Amino acid sequence: MSTRNGNFLLGFLVVVLLLAGGASYVASSQPDGLNRVAADTGIADQEQEHQLGDSPLAGYEFAGVEGILGGALAGIVGVVVTLLLGAGLFMLIRRKPAESTGRSGVHPRQRGGSGSE
Amino acid sequence: MHVPDGFINAPVSLAAGVVAAAGLAICLRGARRELDEKTAPLAGLVAAFVFAVQMINFPVGVGTSGHLMGGVLAAVLVGPYTGVLCVSVVLIVQALFFADGGLSALGVNIILMALVTTLAGYGTVLVVQRLLPNKRASAVPAAFVGALVSVPIAALAFVALYAVGGTADLPLAEVALAMFGVHVVIGIGEALITALTVGSVLTVRPDLVHAARRYEQELELRTAPAGS
Repeated sequence: MSTRNGNFLLGFLVVVLLLAGGASYVASSQPDGLNRVAADTGIADQEQEHQLGDSPLAGYEFAGVEGILGGALAGIVGVVVTLLLGAGLFMLIRRKPAESTGRSGVHPRQRGGSGSE
Repeated sequence: MHVPDGFINAPVSLAAGVVAAAGLAICLRGARRELDEKTAPLAGLVAAFVFAVQMINFPVGVGTSGHLMGGVLAAVLVGPYTGVLCVSVVLIVQALFFADGGLSALGVNIILMALVTTLAGYGTVLVVQRLLPNKRASAVPAAFVGALVSVPIAALAFVALYAVGGTADLPLAEVALAMFGVHVVIGIGEALITALTVGSVLTVRPDLVHAARRYEQELELRTAPAGS
């Protein structure tokens, strides 16, 4: 991976972590569109408790850590978990350099050693 | 717009799960063509970005908020198949770790926020791109319009699912009107965030914006550096 690409990804990651860390501080705590309509129309009367409602991160909180810091920690953990799952999945299913056919217009890479992960 | 358990009955939730699984299977195949060693890590970051921005509820009137869904944003950046997978990963993480979105409603939520937003919204992006000048900057207004329409369409898709499998007998026209109205406003927020993000990436790394690939010829002409 080129340095330029690496720098961009690193910068993007910093932005994502800042957003996740600051989200709970700036976010509106009002119900969202669906929850508002559900409450107004009576849909919400049928709502059931979430089966995992007791989990340590439930409701974007961080068990044992109060307030804004807890929200920031929850957001950062969520970002890391999403990134690991997402990047893992996408690295797994991506076109490997060796099997690039060039059919989609992307240049097949001639870089040998990178396919060993 | 995360649907909790109990809004949609068990048979329709189950059917939605089957449809969502089929949709994800199609996207897993399609995403192979969109992902290479350069775009795969970016796609992971796009998923993380959608997770982070979804946490930021913005006010849309008295006592109501909205948040990004991210289907069009992800599709424009990394391609529609990969975009669906990005949002779906986010929804799965939210349901499993954050108690946001019911477990039995996971299929419903993947249909609404990943599949419907991407099909309707990215479809709109492609149409708008054909209508606008053949320049890479056109990707930004196209993404804006696509994001704008994706949210109310997803809201109406919820009403359609509720019409089939809603757990209460309510006046559907009233539900549809309320859902559509508030999500038109939320769609403006979705469109602004999407256009801002796409515009930023386009400025720094136009080669990383999937929806700007169609302008590659123009890119070739333009990238001759002035001073080297």
